[in-house]
Parts: sequence; structure tokens; C-alpha cells
Amino acid sequence: MITQYLFYFLTFTAIFCALLVVFSKNPIYSALYLIVTFFATAGHYFLLNAQFLGAVHVIVYAGAIMVLFIYVIMMLNLNKEVEPHKSNIIKIAATVCGGILGLVLIAALRETELGEITEYSNNGIGLIEKLGNVLFGAYMVPFEISTVLFLSAMVGAVFLSKKNIH
Amino acid sequence: MLSTEIIYKIILILAVFTVTLVVALYSTFAERKVAAVLQDRYGPNRAGPLGMFQPFADGVKMFTKEEFIPGNADKQLFILGPSIAMLTCLMTGAVIPWGGDLTIGDYIFKLQVTDINIGILYLLGVVSVGVYGIMIGGWASNNKYSLLGALRASSQMISYEIAMGLALIALVMMTGSLSLGEIVRQQDEGLANIVYQPLGFLIFLVCAFAETNRAPFDLPETESELVGGYHTEFSSMKLGFYLFSEYINMFISSALIATLYFGGYNFPFQHSLGIEGNALSIVQTVVFFGKIFFFIFFYMWVRWTIPRFRYDQLMKLGWKTLIPLAILNLFITGIVIGFKNGFFN
Repeated sequence: MITQYLFYFLTFTAIFCALLVVFSKNPIYSALYLIVTFFATAGHYFLLNAQFLGAVHVIVYAGAIMVLFIYVIMMLNLNKEVEPHKSNIIKIAATVCGGILGLVLIAALRETELGEITEYSNNGIGLIEKLGNVLFGAYMVPFEISTVLFLSAMVGAVFLSKKNIH
Repeated sequence: MLSTEIIYKIILILAVFTVTLVVALYSTFAERKVAAVLQDRYGPNRAGPLGMFQPFADGVKMFTKEEFIPGNADKQLFILGPSIAMLTCLMTGAVIPWGGDLTIGDYIFKLQVTDINIGILYLLGVVSVGVYGIMIGGWASNNKYSLLGALRASSQMISYEIAMGLALIALVMMTGSLSLGEIVRQQDEGLANIVYQPLGFLIFLVCAFAETNRAPFDLPETESELVGGYHTEFSSMKLGFYLFSEYINMFISSALIATLYFGGYNFPFQHSLGIEGNALSIVQTVVFFGKIFFFIFFYMWVRWTIPRFRYDQLMKLGWKTLIPLAILNLFITGIVIGFKNGFFN
């Protein structure tokens, strides 16, 4: 019973804050609402008993990525006063594009099958031991390859940020 | 049973909360006394015997000061900043095991609010969210010094989180558990983790200093460069929250160092003393607090011994020394575990 109330609370928070991310005029507020949205999503993971995923979601998204976002916003000192005025053509184009995207999404979602909703809470698939065994057992090679991908992305970022490239 | 459990948990949460606040309160006093001893002065000695009531006098002063919000500041965020700082530093106490089990009647009470099996991840999560208190407060002040302090704090905390996480991964690889209760129990059976992870401990210690913004890494609030750093514009209890959260962080990180690397509430030869059950648990809690107080003293000792780093030195230490060392530590730990499990045979 309490799980259901928590689910509704988290869902409401997530959607409400996601809307506020878009509607806030101040970019700092947008970023802060996005953090709250991440927390609500992490709460959903916890409700599904995926504790590792929930904790890592908070650490990586709310703790690392959004800190860098806010860092950049603060450095650039973006606020509504310095925001450049946008012409009407851009606004109309944005509305049309958004509308078309919405149309495509609705069309795609109408055709989806909902499938069977299974009970996730008791098989412990999100627990860290099981996840570790799966990642370092059955999916060892793809997991290692994805780490190489991360490494190359990191080296690329360091290379791009170097000032003197000969 | 369920209701007894819930009532006990509520009492324990309130107790941890109160103890945290009292220790932080007296840490402010201890800091001034330790500074006085190290600099051959008397320190505060007017309020009460030996100046024992000085923290309360400071508290009354903080509360009765004028509450001032700058005109150009962002009001909501200006209030949110100190609140987040206080909230996140108080959240960490939930997963720390404060002592053994207490048996009263038929019930066994654990002296730990919750022994979640992702305890270390919870800690890292709370620590990584803790930076928002400083960032939001510094930005909302609309003051260049505050902003610089906030930027310094956030980049410093992000940089040192990496090395701290890597040091903790080596520890987790060794113990095979993310639960703090389990890590402490293993140190009861074997030796304290400091014996196996000396390098990891050193890295964790340095990172703990950087994460709590304590000297020699207190660059976010350097008086000589940034007036007061991120809390320049704050007054009254909002400033009090920031200062207080620093002392709470110090207490919690001392407790963590003791838990992770120095056996937690365990002490050598505890099972050959002839005491058992509740008496042993109480002695363990006392010993644990002894360890915590030693590390709080260590924080203060270092503050008055080592001069403040320059900012580029701080970043160099974090990225070019600690992270490679942490990776090396991880590598060595992996090889040793491989040898022990017969992986190379």
C-alpha cells in the first residue's frame, strides 16, 4: 500500500519537476529542478528493488554530471537579462518542430504493446551481488569493451582541451 | 515486534542526531582550545569553568545577530543553500555502526540506524550531493567572492571524490561487501583494514580533508583572498549552519575513517576481557568515540601545522598524485587478491 503511495508521489514529483525544467526562465533553476527529477527517478529504481542502479543514478547524475552543468552555468553567468532576444520565426519553427515530434511520439506510443507486468520485487535482480555476477560473468566482454570506449572518450576530451597541439 | 522496532529506531535516530550536534558544538570549542595550546595561548576561558559554556554563548550570539539577505541575492536559493549543507551532513550518520548489539529482554537492538547493503554507495551519494549546499549558497549571494569560493569548492570536491572513490573500491574489493556493518564485523575477526590498506587509508584521509574543506585545503573560504569565500554574504544562523555543517562533516568523516580503516567499534583483545553482551557493547561504543575524538583532534592538529595549499598545487595533488596512487593501490589489491584466490596458478 505504502509502495503505491510512494510511486504516485515520486511520479508526480518527477513529471512536475521535469515540466519546471522546461518552463523555468533562469537556467540555474532549470538545472536544480532537473536534479530533483533525477532524485525522483532514483526513488523509482529503489521501489523496483534496483538499489545499485538507484544509488549510482544519484552519484553519477545528481552528484557529478549536474554539478558540472551548474558549474558551467555559473561560470558563464547565464541569467534572463543577458539571454539574447529570439525572433518570431525561430519561435514558430520551434513550435512546429516540437509539434511534429509530439505527433511522432504519440503515433509510436499508440501502437506499442504494454505486455505483461511482472512482479519484480522478490527475485532480487537489481541487488548488487547479482548485478556484479552478471556483468563480470555472462556480459564480461561487452562490459570491458564499453570501458575501452569510455577511456577513448576521456583521452579525446583531454586531447581537445590541450592548448598547444603541434 | 514491529512497533518496538520502529520506536527503537526513532529513539536511535534522535540519539544519533543529538550526539552529532553536541559533538559538533564542542568541536568548535575544542578547535579554539587546541589552537590555543598549539600557539601557546589560553584560548576561551571566560564563560563557565575553563570556558566550557563558550559554545552556548557562541550559539546565542549567532541566533541573536541580525538576519540579513542582500538585495541582489536570490532569496529562495539563499535560504536553500545552508539548508542543503546542514541536511546532507546530518544524513550520513544513518549508516555508521556506533557499537555492538544491545540485548534488552527478548529484543536485540543494533546500534546502527540502518545496515543497508549499499552503505558505501549511500555515503558517496550523500557526499556528492553535499557540494550543492556550498554551490547554491555561493551563487545565490550574487557576490564575486562568494561565486569564486563556490566554484573552488565544487571543483575541489569533484576532483577529490574520484580518488576517494577509487580508494574505497580497493577496500570493497578486499572486504567483498558494501555494508558498513559487515566491514566492521570482518575487522573483528581479522586485523583492522589499515594493515591491509595503508596506501588506501592515506588517500582516503587526504581526500576527507579536501571534502570537508578543512585546512590545508580550505581554499573555498580563504580569508586572505576571498573575504569569507562562499559564505561572505551570510549572517546570523545561516552562517551558523555553514560553519556548523563543517564541524558535523568533520565528526562524520572521523567516524568513517575509524569505521573503514581502524576497526570501527572493535578494539584489540576485546573478547578476552571477560565482559560480554551489553557491557561489551557499551565499552565498544566508548572506544569508538575515543577513536573519533582522536581523528577530530588530528584534523585540528593538521590545521595549525600545515600551511594552506595554493590552488594549482591542490589540483595537481588531486589529479596527478592521488588518482594515480589510488589506481596503483587498486592494481596491487587486485593482484594480491588474485594470488590469494589462486588465480595465477
